[in-house]
Amino acid sequence: MNKTRASGRTVGGLRTLSLQAPAVTLLLLWMVVPLGMTIWFSLQRYNLLMPEMTGFAGFENYQYLLTDRALWAAMGNTLLLVGWVLVITVVGGTLLAVLFQQEFAGRGIARVLAISPFFVMPTVSALVWKNMMMHPTNGVLAWLAESFGLPALDWFSSLPLTSIVIIVAWQWTPFALLILLTAMQSLDEDQVEAARMDGAGPVAIFFFITLPHLKRAISVVVMIEMIFLLTIFAEIFVTTSGGPGLATTNLAYLIYIRALLDFDVGTASAGGVIAIILANIVAIFLVRMVAKNLEE
Amino acid sequence: MTSLRSTNAASPRRSATSKKVLLTVFGWSVALVIFFPILWMVLTGFKTETAAIADPSFIFSPTLESYQAVQERSGYVRFALNSVAVAFGSTLLALLIAIPSAYSMAFLPTKRTKGTLLWMLSTKMLPPVGVLVPIYLIFRDVGLLDTRTGLIIIYTLMNLPIVVWMLYTFFKDMPKDILEAGRMDGATTFQEVFFLLLPLTLPGIASTGLLSVILSWNEAFWSLNLTSSKAAPLTAYIASFSSPEGLFWAKLSAASTMAIAPILIFGWMTQKQMVRGLTFGAVK
Repeated sequence: MNKTRASGRTVGGLRTLSLQAPAVTLLLLWMVVPLGMTIWFSLQRYNLLMPEMTGFAGFENYQYLLTDRALWAAMGNTLLLVGWVLVITVVGGTLLAVLFQQEFAGRGIARVLAISPFFVMPTVSALVWKNMMMHPTNGVLAWLAESFGLPALDWFSSLPLTSIVIIVAWQWTPFALLILLTAMQSLDEDQVEAARMDGAGPVAIFFFITLPHLKRAISVVVMIEMIFLLTIFAEIFVTTSGGPGLATTNLAYLIYIRALLDFDVGTASAGGVIAIILANIVAIFLVRMVAKNLEE
Repeated sequence: MTSLRSTNAASPRRSATSKKVLLTVFGWSVALVIFFPILWMVLTGFKTETAAIADPSFIFSPTLESYQAVQERSGYVRFALNSVAVAFGSTLLALLIAIPSAYSMAFLPTKRTKGTLLWMLSTKMLPPVGVLVPIYLIFRDVGLLDTRTGLIIIYTLMNLPIVVWMLYTFFKDMPKDILEAGRMDGATTFQEVFFLLLPLTLPGIASTGLLSVILSWNEAFWSLNLTSSKAAPLTAYIASFSSPEGLFWAKLSAASTMAIAPILIFGWMTQKQMVRGLTFGAVK
């Protein structure tokens, strides 16, 4: 009895190993090799434009980067971008989820329209907003402002970071809506009904029943968005190229400039390590939550 | 008395219907405001370049000239084919690698299964920009820069954790007795997977595949950094409209409409199952 179980386990173990080997090996390589190289490069003097300059640099790259005004500007922009987009998408997504949970004619189609921006590729949404919406003379927003007698705004030169925030929030609010709508479906209708019988108004129901029910889903939305928003790139690449000045340069864009425009591999890698550390702080919490969920 | 009672009975009903009408109008207005940029882009694609930059108007005589121009001047089809090859190629490859792995996790779980699954997810959280430099240099040295193969490799690895995860959840939902019965009848692992598991979980596999296609199709960090002309997919092609001399709104709109239409439809089809993949099952 014991013997068969033991042998069964080894056979099972072997099968597991061979079945999982391709996925595990590839992901391990994908994680370890580039990560190791990034860390290694970050400690080297390595500039593709100056091939004679080589050797171990220690923490020189980090020192250089950490005393660079551009890094702190980029960190500030990254925080502002992530922070504002999170506030807008979570508040907006929650309110929209409550709205689209109500029954009304054609709700299904209205929902589909509202989540659509999430499926639009980032280069398209950025260029459509930059040109057709936010253009200072021919854009829809300028036309709207003028028809109300207001001066048209030159979005990208007077409010560059705000413009990026608007575009990114437009893409990610539907994500929050999609997740929160799903979470809303498991809301206990009897509880809501009971609260209503007891004379609770819609506002009280929202704050004391709906919002606590959505707490977990909201934190998942926040963490997943954070991981993606920390390294927003395409939207900046096609609209402002990080400018004017450093006004819209975030950490991802700064690393891109250092790596592929200045060819300074060492500093770019040090920036990469910083980005990885930031993302991991968020990731730890997310993985913990997912793990807890797996146990249930 | 009778008339009084009837008005009393009618007024709450009337207020209920007027509330519903109000809600419908409001709900639709909000949805249309959110959708407006997409709608406007689709309309602009059917305008002439002069009409595109004129005062906003819903009334115009539609033309297909921008669609023709997009193909004739820049060879839209070439970029679309790159997108198709890269999105579907990476999805197929990811499914091939992920199916055995998800199968063993769902049906032959060991003590380490949970840990492996979580570790796979954690690789997804590595920010791409953190490994841009080494990937770029490796690709340059082995000649993968600006190739479809290069992008397929990256996208396969990028989506592999999500694909394994989603397949695992779909496989786990499948009643074990069916596979058990198949094994009793002497089915080999191969037969078990191909003739029982795959047909029975096809809807789940399809939505997993669609999510992977959507994510690869819309990916813009690696496509902008690793391709230039030969292998550029639509994300990178659309980005070429950002240069000031290339700003033709009608053409930009026509090209964009074609680029997002298939994915928009895929997204509408799979919105429910997608939540599972995007949140790693943390929201049900």
